[in-house]
Amino acid sequence: MRDRTLWTWHVFAGLVILVILGLHMAVMHLDAILGIFNPAGGHPVDWANVVARAQQTFFAVTYVVLLGAALFHGLYGLRTIIFELGIGSGLKTTVSGVLVLGGLAMFAFGAWAAWASHTLARTQ
Amino acid sequence: MTTFTNVTFRIRRYDPASQPQPVWEDHTLPYAGGMTVLDGLRTLKETVLPTLAWRSSCRMGVCGSCGMFINGRPRLACNTQVTELGTSLVTVAPLPNFRIIRDLVPDLRPMFDAHAALMPHIIRDDEDEMEEPTNEYWQTPHQLEEFLQFTYCIKCGCCMAACPTFATDPAYSGPMPLGQAHRYNTDSRDGGFGARRAVLGGDRGPWKCHYAGECSQACPKGVDPARAIQLMKRQLVFDYLRLWKQPSPARLAVVPAEVKRRADVPEAPARTI
Repeated sequence: MRDRTLWTWHVFAGLVILVILGLHMAVMHLDAILGIFNPAGGHPVDWANVVARAQQTFFAVTYVVLLGAALFHGLYGLRTIIFELGIGSGLKTTVSGVLVLGGLAMFAFGAWAAWASHTLARTQ
Repeated sequence: MTTFTNVTFRIRRYDPASQPQPVWEDHTLPYAGGMTVLDGLRTLKETVLPTLAWRSSCRMGVCGSCGMFINGRPRLACNTQVTELGTSLVTVAPLPNFRIIRDLVPDLRPMFDAHAALMPHIIRDDEDEMEEPTNEYWQTPHQLEEFLQFTYCIKCGCCMAACPTFATDPAYSGPMPLGQAHRYNTDSRDGGFGARRAVLGGDRGPWKCHYAGECSQACPKGVDPARAIQLMKRQLVFDYLRLWKQPSPARLAVVPAEVKRRADVPEAPARTI
């Protein structure tokens, strides 16, 4: 049953990525139309706009969710590719373990960085 | 239509007991009208290649024995006319993705083991009725249509030979067994989804399919196993999310005894049970 569970969450993660990357595209490339996420005007990556977005909890949460979804989606895909090389069951367990530990470490670091930037921006 | 005077058969010969590597042999035959690849192989065996080994039986695309790799595609030798290949050079090799027993005979046991593991038969609680049927089970034409095309599978192995995932991952069940599991999961008379789910939810299930679709392209019977696998994924995911539950298996068809047939309604055909 584990493969069904992982594959289902892989699909969900893909959908989350689609929505949040869509938001990212809207913020970065449709600011002339939307404007609401770039209150300082100018380019979306101007420092004032970056700080303004980082102050919002909504964006901090989307960064963390996107990080988790992208890591799970990408690492599960990588695991599938490696498994298709016809490796033995022992190596499969090792690969899964390395990817889980690596993924958790990257998620912890990335989530900390996202939340730290949010906390820092709120003090500006 | 293309016609030829002669046809050259390039055949891959291999006897693992005596040869380190397969070798290719060319043999030329005079073309006869309507010649199939199997006809050519038979003629060669009767004349110059008495030790050539392959499987075949029905000669009419029904038994699924003569699946071979013909001019770069998995095909049935009996169902492939030489003229439809468009060349007078016919290259014949055993189906890829299987161990070779000898010459054109692949070892199909992994396919049939995976097939058996997925319980390709009707599973029900009423075992007495299954053993000694007293009546038919209700099934509407629409319910039959849900799985009918998958019943046309003849287990020839052409889809398995075309599958890029099965080529690299022998743990993958492959299109034929998965397609047949879906065929029974979809049958309204069956109640075995829960039993098959235990296998399908794991690493022998449909999850490694990339939807290359080669299996459906290769099938000589026009079955679409790639579709079956995608439908099966949806069914299993919906089951995981508690959005789908297998309906109760069809009940026995009870015919009302007191009904009188109207004169303008033709009589039903005789019952099979």
